[in-house]
Amino acid sequence: MFRLLRPLLAAVSAAMALSAPAYSQETIKIGEYASLTGKEAAFGQSSHKGTLLAIEEMNAAGGVLGRQLELITEDNQTKQGESATIVKKLISREKVVGVLGEVASMRSLEAAPICQAYRVPMISPSSTNPKVTQIGNYIFRVCFIDPFQGTVMAKFAKETLKIRKVALLTSVSSAYSVGLAKYFKERFIADGGEVVIEQKFTEGDKDFNAQLTAIKASGVEGIFVPGYYTEAALICKQARDLGMTVPLFGGDGWEAPELIEIGGDAVEGCYYSTHYSPEVDTPAVKEFVAKFQARFEGEIPDAMAALGYDSAGVMVDAIRRAGSTDEPAVRDALAATRDFPGVTGSTSMDKDRNASKAAVIIMVKDGKFKFVQSIAP
Amino acid sequence: MTEFLQQLLNGLSLGAIYALIALGYTMVYGVLRFINFAHSDVFMVGAFIGYFAGKHLPHGTVWGGLVALAAAMAGCAVLGIVIERLAYRPLRGGPTLNVLITAIGVSLFLEYTGQLVFGATPRAFPAIFPAKIISVRGLVVSMNQVIVIVVAAVLMVALQLSVYRTKIGMAMRAVSLNPKAAQLVGVNIDVVISFTFGLGSALAAAGGVLYALNYPSIDPLMGMVPGLKAFVAAVLGGVGNIPGAALGALILGMVETFVDGSRWSTYKDAIAFAILIGILLFRPAGLLGRFTTEKV
Amino acid sequence: MPKPLIALITAVIAAFGVSYFSDRIDPYYLDVLIGVGINIILAVSLNLVNGYTGQFSLGHAGFMSVGAYLSAALTMLVGPRLLGDSGGTALQQGLLFLCALVAGGLGAAVAGLVVGIPSLRLKGDYLALVTLGFGEIIRVIFQNVDALGGALGLNGIPYYTTFFWVYAFAALTVFTVVCLVRSTYGRGFIATHDDEVASEAVGLNTTRYKIVAFVVGAFFAGVAGGLYGHFKLTITPTGFDFTKSIEIVVMVILGGMGNTTGVILAAILLTLLPEVLRSVEEYRMVLYSLLLIVLMLVRPKGLFNFDYLGMATRLRRKLWPARE
Repeated sequence: MFRLLRPLLAAVSAAMALSAPAYSQETIKIGEYASLTGKEAAFGQSSHKGTLLAIEEMNAAGGVLGRQLELITEDNQTKQGESATIVKKLISREKVVGVLGEVASMRSLEAAPICQAYRVPMISPSSTNPKVTQIGNYIFRVCFIDPFQGTVMAKFAKETLKIRKVALLTSVSSAYSVGLAKYFKERFIADGGEVVIEQKFTEGDKDFNAQLTAIKASGVEGIFVPGYYTEAALICKQARDLGMTVPLFGGDGWEAPELIEIGGDAVEGCYYSTHYSPEVDTPAVKEFVAKFQARFEGEIPDAMAALGYDSAGVMVDAIRRAGSTDEPAVRDALAATRDFPGVTGSTSMDKDRNASKAAVIIMVKDGKFKFVQSIAP
Repeated sequence: MTEFLQQLLNGLSLGAIYALIALGYTMVYGVLRFINFAHSDVFMVGAFIGYFAGKHLPHGTVWGGLVALAAAMAGCAVLGIVIERLAYRPLRGGPTLNVLITAIGVSLFLEYTGQLVFGATPRAFPAIFPAKIISVRGLVVSMNQVIVIVVAAVLMVALQLSVYRTKIGMAMRAVSLNPKAAQLVGVNIDVVISFTFGLGSALAAAGGVLYALNYPSIDPLMGMVPGLKAFVAAVLGGVGNIPGAALGALILGMVETFVDGSRWSTYKDAIAFAILIGILLFRPAGLLGRFTTEKV
Repeated sequence: MPKPLIALITAVIAAFGVSYFSDRIDPYYLDVLIGVGINIILAVSLNLVNGYTGQFSLGHAGFMSVGAYLSAALTMLVGPRLLGDSGGTALQQGLLFLCALVAGGLGAAVAGLVVGIPSLRLKGDYLALVTLGFGEIIRVIFQNVDALGGALGLNGIPYYTTFFWVYAFAALTVFTVVCLVRSTYGRGFIATHDDEVASEAVGLNTTRYKIVAFVVGAFFAGVAGGLYGHFKLTITPTGFDFTKSIEIVVMVILGGMGNTTGVILAAILLTLLPEVLRSVEEYRMVLYSLLLIVLMLVRPKGLFNFDYLGMATRLRRKLWPARE
């Protein structure tokens, strides 16, 4: 009888192994840090929704590597210092495989050194300041960077708006604003334009009359405002109130419904560059918009949502290609990302871990964002 | 020249708003000898009341705007009186430090409850008054700026009249000169103090609505910076002195605007504080104030 | 050897010991502990000014920022030249860090002098506002100094802060404050607090005491700033604004102005609470502010203001009555 025991045992364990469920109980954890509340809540909420949609979709399709994905989101409340803490928490307590975030370059710059130090890959959905990915080889982004964006807006101003003399109104308290202003200025001057006057403000400022009055007196043909939506809206409003009719334009920091809510009529006819528009006529975009609207009660996804969606997609795709959740392997797979079919365009990581994408120009017309043109790199 | 005049107008408009807030600070200090830290948050609540009132009223009409303004002023008057009754009155007579701390507590409470209830994201303030732009020989005057200056002036005159021509105003002045003596001659201190708080808070609310009119993005923390600057204005003019507060606010508004339009615009917050320190060092009584030995 | 000195040395050795095994501790918990230590330094140093000497300062975060920026500038700009490409040995790094911290503290002490001198003439509310003003001026200055990163602040500060440094300095801060308070200086502080006019009348130089309090408090705030900077790795001017000052003030008030043990307990509590209550973050500040108001109405001495020494003595007497 005992001679039968060993083969019997072998058979039973073989049977058990074969009938084990394809899923392991452990989920793959992806961390996300965003400004869900606070001054730039519009950004965080938007990108979070996009990310969430992507994760839910991928889970419904079976997850990755036979496991389900778990998105762990932490709110930094648009506050300094919080991103560092919550990213550390995500890495050391939750043991996430990768980190998604943030929209604003300042906060990405805060968290990136931590991700780099702990060797956990981080993908920023829409931080455009070049310094972010320069922190280290574990930091990536799925959007274009400000040197490109600045160039796009400079060309647009010069060629489409036919502006030769421009004013620059920069926020000194955001890495994004300072960087974008610099690149715009470089390109604009190189193209033969003139930056007649430069004024500054700080985030949280409400009164720009003084700066705008000085700008008005200088007789420029347009004003470039590379800031975030709340200040941009107020600036447009005060500019119009001062009787200035020249066009104002900016970058992707303008993109939020609050721009129109606060700016009202003043932002009509203003332009800004961003990463994508829901009106772009490709099947990928149309499908994404439809899915987003179905999930979030008819809300139209903006660029932050689209990039949030893509960042999650790229991260999971890298995990799939790496074949494991081992962070160095995921990092290498991320660096090797080529032609990932994102909603915001085909995404490939270049040697600086930035994505090379087209920009779109949006105009505000009739209280809505309208797609004007797309500019390829 | 036009630019200079334009900046002058901007400064006037900003100064008018600071004046409305500063008056509240100065009145409360005059009567109670303490700085009501929560005043800047009453300003914020006023803006929010105006926001909600504006949602139910037609936009762009003068009477609609006035109703919203009145609602905000009334609401905040009540708020001010309630705060005084609950948080400050029990501590009267005790060390002033305790009241200061309580005031900070009330301020934080209003700010964070505001964030809880309204969310920290800025909201767009409705255009409750008609928004028009008049151009006068190159000088652009926005209707909102005019309204701010006119309303502020009217309220200040009204305040001056009530302080110098009414009985309760006289009682206020008596209490600010010598509380014990005032009580001895039959002044009901509690009523006077409540009235002072109510009045000051109403003015702050008006400041809040007008501020939101010109800078239509409101959020629960909007009161901090204007509040501090208004306080500087009050000190500049002489705390406890009503015309002083107005003068100080005007000067501060002008200086700030001109600095803002110059190369050093990013230093403008520091300017206000530098003025504060300067005044307290060299002329602590303020420009129009009287020197009392206690303070320094 | 006097008892406080023994306590100090024991604490430093203990801190070193814990630090040695710090990689066994969960990094998140380590983070929280370091945060607690930094807040202890901040609260105890502010307590010297606000609590013992009765000078209500609302600009402590400004001194912190001076220390943070100065020490970070040293380690980031001067450090690489001194240590060379290899980054130096642990001992060299430690030495550099110590120098940077002390330099930061001294810079903050100078700032404390600059703030302290005008403040001499002011009382209560005015002082509070002037210190607040100074804090804001310091912030605006840093926002405009491009060499220090301007409004974007400094990024990529080397991670030099360890459990050891934080708690060694925390012990040093407590030691300094306790020794100061128990000395004749301490009598001076308390006299100034209780009644300045009377103190002046009996010939005490209240000026000197106020300045000493400010400068010492500022020094340690600067050290805390340096530790903070090398912990968070990124510092920006707005991170050291009025709100941060208020956070420290709340710790001092909760702990009981003038009670070092109470303040330490309050610092611990108020650092741990936000971590524990992260999910209800929005309610936390509302509760804090209510706590402040209720505290002033009901127990202005502070929540943790107990006579710990007395309690400890009575406990000891109960346990070992024969000793008396």
